[in-house]
Amino acid sequence: MDIFLDQFFNLAIMTKVFPLLLKGLWMTVKLCIAVILLGLVGGLFVALGNLSPQRWVRWPTVVYTDVFRALPPLVLLIFIYSGLPFAGIKVSPFTAVVIAFLLNNSSYYAEVYRAGLISVAKGQWEAAASTGLSRSQVLTYVVLPQAVRNVLPDLLSNTVEVVKLTSLASVISLSELLYSADMARSVTYNASPLVLAALFYLVLLWPLVRLVSHFQRRLAA
Amino acid sequence: MAYRPMLEIVALEKRFGSNTVLKNIDLKVAGGELVFVIGPSGSGKSTMLRCCNRLEEPTSGDIILDGRNIMSGTSRDLNRMRLQVGMVFQGFHLYPHMSVLKNVTLAQRKALKRSKPDADARAMDMLERVGLAHKANAYPAELSGGQQQRVAIARALALDPKVMLFDEPTSALDPELVGSVLKVMKDLKSKGMTMLVVSHEMAFARETADRVVFMDGGVVVEEGKPEEIFGAPKAERTRTFLSRVSS
Repeated sequence: MDIFLDQFFNLAIMTKVFPLLLKGLWMTVKLCIAVILLGLVGGLFVALGNLSPQRWVRWPTVVYTDVFRALPPLVLLIFIYSGLPFAGIKVSPFTAVVIAFLLNNSSYYAEVYRAGLISVAKGQWEAAASTGLSRSQVLTYVVLPQAVRNVLPDLLSNTVEVVKLTSLASVISLSELLYSADMARSVTYNASPLVLAALFYLVLLWPLVRLVSHFQRRLAA
Repeated sequence: MAYRPMLEIVALEKRFGSNTVLKNIDLKVAGGELVFVIGPSGSGKSTMLRCCNRLEEPTSGDIILDGRNIMSGTSRDLNRMRLQVGMVFQGFHLYPHMSVLKNVTLAQRKALKRSKPDADARAMDMLERVGLAHKANAYPAELSGGQQQRVAIARALALDPKVMLFDEPTSALDPELVGSVLKVMKDLKSKGMTMLVVSHEMAFARETADRVVFMDGGVVVEEGKPEEIFGAPKAERTRTFLSRVSS
């Protein structure tokens, strides 16, 4: 039992590596902010493209969502970071992660938005248009707020997945939370830093997960 | 002065694929006139109404609003034209995420670019007019169907339209709520609003309409004063329809 506690819950080691992990956590948070914001915006445009009556707009965005939902994000990440240099394109680890995950998660966000936009009754479009509002005004003030509200749990679930996804960045040595914890593990010969990192993830994600359940229950009611 | 209609429909035709739903419709509505359109379902009357603000795109023909052909022009012109044509729908279509007041001010602010105080004041005037000023801060879900429809009328009126289009405004209402909406429409008429109304409220048509148009199979079968259409319909199809409705 002592060995177990010493290997996984060694407070002395946890205290020592805490600042390092905090730095890792900060990097994870920065990654999340970039990827989530870009994904939310990009996904919206892709979704609008998906619903466009113009075939030359719709078609490319449909291909986009299909391809990037089918490609494993890790494959995408390694390709961008380690593959593209063969074409003379070299990007920083941070940029590589942002691009790879943006391609991936904007496709998922787009699908969620699309479901939301479709869920808004056609009458809302017509009523708003009949009052002289332009298409983009109808979208901004009338349709989108309702669409987002209808799919809020799904948008949040997707965001939880994005946060978890950022741990993949450790594979290309970006010093985010998991990478920092694993470094600490290899230096201290102890698994406690990994446990600490897991706790950090929990603290980060548990409120979000609760929020998802909350909205799901509220929408079901 | 030459007679110039406020709204004129000229040789309007609408096809959905190979299905022709409107054939060569001509109709004039004078300023301040209330024209009532009746006819069996599928007769094309709602489609015709929806062509008048181009929610439905006519296949051919012209719609002239106060001397201007609305079939030409950019999408900007289209939005400007829609400000002048108020529309009330069977299903109300209030914005559920906004208060009653915001429902009535949204287009005033964003399309007419009115200031917030002006838009609010105008909205309160219109809500007063439909008897719902006290509901300004309520949400649509908290209102009865009749109240929602009156808010929808206020929303359209707040933009100072030249013409109001009503697409079966009372068909989705419980019978006891119909009266409140008809009362508002009657009040509008008395204040000189030009109105084109698609509805099954025959008693209301008889009482308030200046003219009644009977449509069937995508054509105007006959039109005339209410007492002519209801009292002595000329066409066989009109007679059949009216006997079916009144029985």
